[in-house]
Amino acid sequence: MLSFNQYVRAQSLEEAYALCQKKANVVLGGMLWLKMQNRTVGAVIDLCDLGLDQIEESESEYRIGAMVSLRRLETHAGLNALTQGAMAESVKNIVGVQFRNVATVGGSIFGRFGFSDVLTLFMALDAKVELYHAGIMGVKEFAQLPHQIRDILVRVIVPKTERKTVYLSMRNTATDFPVLTCALSVLGGRYSCVIGARPMKAALYEDEKGLLAEEITPITAAAFAEDVASRADFDSNIRGSAGYRRTICEVLVRRSVLALQEV
Amino acid sequence: MMEIKMTLNQKTITAAIEPDMLLIDFVRSQGCLSVKRGCETANCGLCTVLMDGVPVLSCSVLAARAAGHRIDTLEGLQEEAEEFVGFIADQGAEQCGFCNPGFVMNTIALLRENAEPSDDEIRAYLAGNLCRCSGYEGQLRGIRAYLDWKKEAK
Repeated sequence: MLSFNQYVRAQSLEEAYALCQKKANVVLGGMLWLKMQNRTVGAVIDLCDLGLDQIEESESEYRIGAMVSLRRLETHAGLNALTQGAMAESVKNIVGVQFRNVATVGGSIFGRFGFSDVLTLFMALDAKVELYHAGIMGVKEFAQLPHQIRDILVRVIVPKTERKTVYLSMRNTATDFPVLTCALSVLGGRYSCVIGARPMKAALYEDEKGLLAEEITPITAAAFAEDVASRADFDSNIRGSAGYRRTICEVLVRRSVLALQEV
Repeated sequence: MMEIKMTLNQKTITAAIEPDMLLIDFVRSQGCLSVKRGCETANCGLCTVLMDGVPVLSCSVLAARAAGHRIDTLEGLQEEAEEFVGFIADQGAEQCGFCNPGFVMNTIALLRENAEPSDDEIRAYLAGNLCRCSGYEGQLRGIRAYLDWKKEAK
C-alpha cells in the first residue's frame, strides 16, 4: 500500500523539479503501478495542472505531453495514421479502457518497465523524451539511464517521417502483461526491430547483416527473425522461460517483417 | 488533512480528506456503495466511475486528484441505466451481481462514445470488466438485445 503525508499539485515544472529532488518525494503519473508498492513517501507531486495532457502537432513532429493517457494514444487519429495503427495495437491489450484512461504516457515511459508495450513502440519510432533538467534525448538513450533519476519527464516527441511500423505482442491471456513485445519499423531501407518484455526492458536490434536489404520474402523474414532471436538476451519469469521467449521472438519478428510489406 | 471540492452525482460537495485517500474510498464514504472494491490491483473494473464523463478506475485515482472534477457513479445515472439493465436481467447475465455496477458504468461510457457498437467493439471496450460468474456471453447478449430494441424503437 502506498501512503503519503502530502499531496502537491505542482503549479510549474520548476516547482515539480525542485520537489522531486527530495528522495522522500515521488512524481505521480497515473499511479497504477505506484499504488502497488508497499511504501510510505513524503509528498506525491501531481503534474495534472501543468497542461501536459495535450498532444501537439507541428509539421515535423507530434509532442505528446507526459500526462496524456494511453487511451488518447489509442484513439488519436494522427498518431495512428503515422504509425499505420501500431499505436493503438500497442496499447489495446493493456487491461481495459478504464485503466488506459488513467495510465499516462509519462508514467509508462519514465518507469522503463520491462513489460512496457509503450516503451517498445516509442523506441522503434525513434522517439525522443524531453526531461525538464536533462533536456531532449532519444528513448533508446533514456532507457539506458539508471532507474532512479530525479527529473521530470515533460513530453515524448515522435518525428513525422515516412517510417512504416508494425507492432505485435504475445500474451498468455487477454489483458495480461505481455510475454514478449515486438515493434518493427523501416525508414529509408533501415530496419529497426525492438524487442521488449524479454522480460527485461525493450532493446533495439538492427538488420546488421543486411538480411532484408534485397527483398522481403518468407525466407529472408525467417533469416532476420532467427538473427534477432539469436542476438537478443532473454530471461525467465512466471509468464515464460527464456527459451520460450526466444522461440516466440522468432515468430513475432518473422510475422512483423511480412506484415510490414502490407502497411 | 486537506479540503477538496468536487461535483459528485450532480451535487457540489466539499470534504476534508487524508491526502492519500483513494477516490473509491471517498465516494463510498459519501454513500455511493454501488462502487465496489474488487481486486484493488486495477484489473477488475468493479470500481469504475466516470470522471468528467470518462470511465476510470476509482481504486487508482486519488480523491485529491478528482478535486475540481465531475464524478458520476451509478447512483447518479439511474435514469440512463434503467432501460439497459432490464435487458441484462432478462439474460440472467448478472448472476451474483457484484461486478454489475462497474459493468453498467462502462457500458454507459461505451454507448455514449459509440451508440452502435459491433460485438467486437463491445468486447474490446468491456475487456477491463471481469466477471467470475457469467462467462460474458449473457452480458453481450443483453447489450445486443438492448441495442436491437433501441434500433427497432426508432
